[in-house]
Amino acid sequence: MDLILTILSKVFTVTFFQKAVTQGVPLLFGATGEILTEKAGNLNLGIPGIMYMGAVGGLTGAFFYEQSTPEPSGAVGVLITFLCAILFSAFGAFIYALLTITLRANQNVTGLALTTFGIGVGNFIGGSLSKIAGTAGQITVYTTGQAFRTTIPGLSQIPVVGPLLFSYGFLTYLSLALALFFAYLLARTRCGLNLRAVGENPATADAAGINVIRYKYGFTILGGAVAGLGGLYFVMEYLGGTWQNNGFGDRGWLAIALVIFALWRPLRAIWGSLLFGGLYILFAYIPLGDAAQEILKMLPYLVTILVLVVSSLRRRAEEQPPASLGLSYFREDR
Amino acid sequence: MEQQNAIECRNLTKRFGQVVANKDVCLTVKKGEILSLLGENGSGKTTLMNMLSGIYYPDSGEILVDGKPVTIRGPKDAFALGIGMVHQHFKLVNVFTAAENIALGHEEKGRYDIRAVAARVREICDKYGFELDPDKKIYDMSVSEKQTVEIVKVLYRGAQILILDEPTAVLTPQETDKLFAVLRNMKADGKAVVIITHKLHEVLTLSDRVSVLRKGEYVGTVQTSEATADSLTEMMVGQKVDLHLERPLPKAPSPRLVLKDVSAMSAEGVRTLDKVNLTVFSGEILGIAGVAGSGQKELLEAIAGLQPLCEGSICYDDVRTGAAEELRGKTPLQIRDLGIHLSFVPEDRLGMGLVGSMGMIGNVMLRSYRSGKGIFTDRKAPRQLAQRLKEQLDIVTPGVNYPVRRLSGGNVQKVLVGREIAAAPTVLMAAYPVRGLDINSSYTIYDLLNQQKEKGVAVIYVGEDLDVMLELCDRIAVLCDGRLTGLVDARKTTKAQVGMLMTRQEKEEA
Amino acid sequence: MEKKTPLFHIVKRDTMPLWKAWAVRLASILLALVVCAVFINSVTGLNPLSVYASMFDGAFGTGRRIWNTVNDAMILLCIALAITPAFKMRFWNIGAEGQILVGGAATAAVMRYCGDSLPTPALFALMVVVSLLCGLVWGLVPAWFKARWNTNETLFTLMMNYIAIQLVSFLSIKWEAVKGSGTIGVINQSTKAGWIDTGFLSGIFGRFNYSINTTLILIITLLIFVYLNYTKHGYEIAVVGESENTARYAGISVRRVILRTMALSGALCGLVGFLLVSGSNHTISVNTAGGDGFTAIVVSWLAKFNPFAMIAISFLLTFLTRGAGQIASDFGLNESASDILTGIILFFILGSEFFINYRVLRSSRKEKEAE
Repeated sequence: MDLILTILSKVFTVTFFQKAVTQGVPLLFGATGEILTEKAGNLNLGIPGIMYMGAVGGLTGAFFYEQSTPEPSGAVGVLITFLCAILFSAFGAFIYALLTITLRANQNVTGLALTTFGIGVGNFIGGSLSKIAGTAGQITVYTTGQAFRTTIPGLSQIPVVGPLLFSYGFLTYLSLALALFFAYLLARTRCGLNLRAVGENPATADAAGINVIRYKYGFTILGGAVAGLGGLYFVMEYLGGTWQNNGFGDRGWLAIALVIFALWRPLRAIWGSLLFGGLYILFAYIPLGDAAQEILKMLPYLVTILVLVVSSLRRRAEEQPPASLGLSYFREDR
Repeated sequence: MEQQNAIECRNLTKRFGQVVANKDVCLTVKKGEILSLLGENGSGKTTLMNMLSGIYYPDSGEILVDGKPVTIRGPKDAFALGIGMVHQHFKLVNVFTAAENIALGHEEKGRYDIRAVAARVREICDKYGFELDPDKKIYDMSVSEKQTVEIVKVLYRGAQILILDEPTAVLTPQETDKLFAVLRNMKADGKAVVIITHKLHEVLTLSDRVSVLRKGEYVGTVQTSEATADSLTEMMVGQKVDLHLERPLPKAPSPRLVLKDVSAMSAEGVRTLDKVNLTVFSGEILGIAGVAGSGQKELLEAIAGLQPLCEGSICYDDVRTGAAEELRGKTPLQIRDLGIHLSFVPEDRLGMGLVGSMGMIGNVMLRSYRSGKGIFTDRKAPRQLAQRLKEQLDIVTPGVNYPVRRLSGGNVQKVLVGREIAAAPTVLMAAYPVRGLDINSSYTIYDLLNQQKEKGVAVIYVGEDLDVMLELCDRIAVLCDGRLTGLVDARKTTKAQVGMLMTRQEKEEA
Repeated sequence: MEKKTPLFHIVKRDTMPLWKAWAVRLASILLALVVCAVFINSVTGLNPLSVYASMFDGAFGTGRRIWNTVNDAMILLCIALAITPAFKMRFWNIGAEGQILVGGAATAAVMRYCGDSLPTPALFALMVVVSLLCGLVWGLVPAWFKARWNTNETLFTLMMNYIAIQLVSFLSIKWEAVKGSGTIGVINQSTKAGWIDTGFLSGIFGRFNYSINTTLILIITLLIFVYLNYTKHGYEIAVVGESENTARYAGISVRRVILRTMALSGALCGLVGFLLVSGSNHTISVNTAGGDGFTAIVVSWLAKFNPFAMIAISFLLTFLTRGAGQIASDFGLNESASDILTGIILFFILGSEFFINYRVLRSSRKEKEAE
């Protein structure tokens, strides 16, 4: 009983919440991006790789910017970083789109190949940058990193509410805003309606006059760009502008798990990311010994499997993956 | 006042390869009328309407809308001209609501507002008397509701000319009555309605005029008030054509399959077979006639052990042992383990009867791969069989390992029929075995069936060409809406009589 | 009214002669190597040819390197063989990684706890059996849900990987060699109990370490080839993969085939775990499978389920990884370069399949009129 109380008193704290948010943000970016991709009928298992690409893209941009000017400005750094991250991750998603949509390669295989490629790109460039900089080990882009970590002045000083809600860099709020925006787009706009139709039944969408190929390309690439921001968040805000090989770990796969957990809804992904973030760090708060903590780290995946099984059991149509997920679309097959 | 012409077709012709689907067809649809387009399966009704709705482009001929010549290159052109078609296979997104499906792909000005769409849908429903909840999801809907969504979708886009392809094929009598009431409201609103059907009583109760197609050609148009079921049947089926098929008399027929009260349900809960009582004899060819979807497929699958029955029994009489075996509730494997050789040539050849990516050897093995002890398959016997079939049936293939998917339709069918016959069946069921085949291949198939009959096999032949059935079969059982509406002697009956049985309804029986 | 006609349209090919199809694939690999060369040159400024030479040296330069390359390729091949029956049935088992890990963990457990007490033959027998069983269970769980409720197997098996990873990471701490290190270290270093290369058979194969692994896997290759092409089970797998409707028509129980095939697939992956732990690593960690479970999917797919083609593709990919590792150390590059090169080559091979299956036609005016 005392143990439970201890755990609860540790978990219901501002710090725990902050840390859960910190872990949840990359997942939310990744999941939002993957939801957009999957809604277009493309199961992109390359998202983990794309997130690495986004991360290293941003870092590279910041690195060369800070190298090139004696007095780097945080704002310019942020802008360059941001664009580079999007460019890198969108390029990764473009490779996937080209292969699966136009060249009709198998989605699972292409996605896995892209993950290999993307993680390679991330670790290769990330690892080489330090060599270029001439430092052993890690590089830092301090100015830009700090700019990403800048919290909202004033608001963050409010007691309790400040640290709880306003103590994060702008990417945290952007992840929230994007999830909200895309939730709105999917549910309330004609574009969202068309996109959902493409993922559910491309032949029907095609017959209704929707350009299926354009939607698939558009949202696969957009989804990749959004997911890449998750990687950017990790290197810039979480690590403060530095690179660790394989530092991003399995968060990309966790983002894919979150998509299932959220049942393909960005709004559910918001609180889902907080939950996953909390589960991801929960082990550190439960005094069961080092070994048992590793068992606790299974929780996000176990929860995802549970959701997967329950939703297949319930067979509710709204809780299923988009009906054409994983299938290429050929008009001639109509 | 003289009604204006909504659509006029002049000499429309459409070919698919060698096949002429429509030849010089002329047709006029007036505003404020319901026109029935009548014809047997394969008479070209759907092709003609697809040309009006922009799915196909005619090879030659002219289409006039409101008296002006037009070109219809795609569904969008058709919509722009106010032509809307409701296809037999619905194109709907299952997880969307009715309103979302109706709004899909429709470019309206202004903000997208699903509630406004729903409101307009309700307006349309009130105006014509549809019952439809715009917020209901498609997967929750009955077939009739889905059809309503398709019709409202067409009206939402402002169609003045409405084409319905066999709308009643999937409806219950009550739902049909409702649909007809709505169609009459549309007619009163000045819209032109074309309904494709082969059900005579519907034609007679609903339409103002009837146009008849037969084998791709336009036969004529009559006022419904001047037509009778007999006169329409004659127009539809035409004169009997002599095909010079052999038909030996059955030798010592004895009952082989006895079906009692056989009933089945579809996944949607619609009764697909309704208390069918039928005895199949050895040494005869029993024809099953009926318009498409009357329960033929379900009947054959029920006998083969692929379709669970909800009522009734299927009894197999074994000549050698004299024992009677109940087949109901048994899987195909269990049936075979009883030593009963049922052969089945299904309608969907590559999707059910064959494995498209495998060659002849692999496909021949589908029936026999379990034979022999041990874990290995025997490929020697199938190879010999494949070679033998190839030679005997003149199957054109680069080799017995060449994927059957790439063979022509006739050769695909020869592989399938050949395999099924090679299993030395006591019952042979063939569903539409000559569909899509050229004359020579068709005759090969007829000969094969006759050979089996002479060997004492009970042959069940499901066909669509009545001329063939009248010459090939010994008896013809007629199905209509899953019920057996008649069992006639093929030597004595007429085409018209079978045609009448195919379209008979409960009301007439009562 | 005039509809825009696209410049190209795409039609499915009837067939392409086998030699031509392989020529297309070979061309795509060559093209990929050119792109890789451009990549290498642009990052390092080195002559790509000397880099490729260096790669070759890295993979085949010494006897030791050859055996490492061979062993890595064989392991990759064995995983690809393991998942192929499931793939042929259109069951997306991307959980090989996890199935290998549990098989390896089970092997390690036997080595740890029974290494001293059991006689060698019994020890090996027990190791093989538990690794097979654990992999089998890990594969059967998603298969059962797929067969019963049609639960999405791609996502399920993917999640099972990470549960296995955490399980191994739990064991790593539980069994850690030095407190706080989180690694197990070499198991039975002194006794070498349960090590294949010092096991009771090693004398026959001389000094080469991995000859038993290699021989065993080549036998498995042959067995899988026979299983898929000449047995009743293999035939049923092919039918189910092509059309479940046809399978039912032929009286095949689709559910049973799914369960049986995934049991086999999982068990074989478990065996790979055994080979890795007992045969080469003598320890277990979360990196034991090292992503090969995913790479093997690509191998199986690119080989079109042909076990012999898998040998070639496994060797190609392993050569790349080993070779890139070598250039990394020779030219001071980061080791991850190999992943980039692998990725580029995979993209090209994947893309080339399109040109084998489809033909791109330029829309001529004549066709436009005909439409």
